[in-house]
Amino acid sequence: MKDNPLTLEDKPLSLEDVGCAFGAVSVFDHLSMSIEDGEFVAVVGPSGCGKTTLLNLLSGFIKPTSGRVLSRGRVRMVYQQDGLFPWQTLAQNISLGLRHVKDEAERARQLGEMLSLINLEKFADHYPHQLSGGMRQRAELARALAGDTDILLLDEPFSALDYLTRLRLRREFARMLYELPRTVVLVTHDIEEAAQLADRVVVLSDRPATIRRELKLDLPRPRDPTHTVVVDAVHRILTELGLEQDNKVMSLESRV
Amino acid sequence: MAKTPDRWSRLLPLMVLLVALAIWAALSLLRVFPESVFPSPLSVLKGFGEEFRSGRLFNDLIASLFRVASGFALAVALGLPLGLWLGHGARARRALLPAVNFFRNLSPLAWIPFAILWFGIGDLPAIFLIFMASFFPIVLATVAAVASIPLVYFRVAQDYGFRGAELLTQVTLPAIAPQVITALRVTAGLAWVVVVAAEMIAGRDGLGFAIWDARNGLRMDLLVCGMIVIGLIGVLIDRLLVQLMRLPSVRWGYER
Repeated sequence: MKDNPLTLEDKPLSLEDVGCAFGAVSVFDHLSMSIEDGEFVAVVGPSGCGKTTLLNLLSGFIKPTSGRVLSRGRVRMVYQQDGLFPWQTLAQNISLGLRHVKDEAERARQLGEMLSLINLEKFADHYPHQLSGGMRQRAELARALAGDTDILLLDEPFSALDYLTRLRLRREFARMLYELPRTVVLVTHDIEEAAQLADRVVVLSDRPATIRRELKLDLPRPRDPTHTVVVDAVHRILTELGLEQDNKVMSLESRV
Repeated sequence: MAKTPDRWSRLLPLMVLLVALAIWAALSLLRVFPESVFPSPLSVLKGFGEEFRSGRLFNDLIASLFRVASGFALAVALGLPLGLWLGHGARARRALLPAVNFFRNLSPLAWIPFAILWFGIGDLPAIFLIFMASFFPIVLATVAAVASIPLVYFRVAQDYGFRGAELLTQVTLPAIAPQVITALRVTAGLAWVVVVAAEMIAGRDGLGFAIWDARNGLRMDLLVCGMIVIGLIGVLIDRLLVQLMRLPSVRWGYER
């Protein structure tokens, strides 16, 4: 296979004809996709279709059976829950993201910035088990964003939270990205979350997963979950997954 | 968090002590057993005075503490690394864990004849027996603690550039600390029980020997003095180790 450095290696993240199998189970077979600089891509699909495997491939945690995964710059992952080190305070945890910053004063300044970005300055010396689930996830986002990360990979970062906290964190995360733009890949089973946050939603099929559909959302972020463009996208994704059949959607579909 | 006890419940243990003393005094006054096999509180108090003046009980206490400290320190120094190794290596675990389990379930007292044959009388056989009593439980507790570290901590460590020895000192050790501290408490109690038994048979001094000597000299009052000191020191050792659980960086292991 011939490389095409001019286009692919220009992208911060790309999968090139990737196959991935665990034993006899093929998760991906000839999957290709690439992500633009500063783009926010959400990946949705039926459970067990390989969304998390996709993130693990992108992060380099697992190697593809065939094909190539290319990434450029500092890549960090945000996990569903309990990714903070429980033996470290909030400030120490966020400082993990600044380990490569050699100058101590600069590190302290950036830590202060991250703490104020997530409004948890008062809790800097608290340990994770002393904080609520929402606070912990905010701290995880801050840790991943700290120190000029290039690419964020998020594995259902809000799914362990209650609905209202989830809505609040979505909005907060969109605001953080507005201040510190990053290239993001979000894996989620929350269709609304995908439609509210992402520039592009990739809908995967069952295993071996292929891209069933890609949806572009031309609306600047941050957005409201009830904006018509978001609601429309939710309808279309649900229809794509065979979970919605009412007439309203049909009419929206036919209108496009 | 437990409620702070009020003044009355603070006094409860003291009241139990007084009631126990009263029952003891009543039994000895009523001559339920003859004085020669059931010393009165007063004779025990006199015995303490005698021991205090001769300084013998104090010397025995120092001898026992030295043996427990040596044997226990040796068991921690060797058991913790072995536990870490077995915890991380599946193959080593499969090979060695059955043997460790075998010795864990073998009463250390069964080693007494060999301890005397190999090491004679004095410090060495007691230290050996304390080592045999504490080493295997420490290994097993460490293995279990390492095996239960959530994988996500190692993934986070990888994301944030932890390498080699850092993984051990900054992830594995803090992650197992709460469980290991609990195991140290249990094992120190075991070691303290074993030193008394060891000294009864393979000692020329120490608290165990003091008890055995008092029995041979039919000095039941001194025997009770020894018992009281052994119990109190055991409680004191445990109180000291409990202080480790107050470290802020291990609280998470006990509070969630």
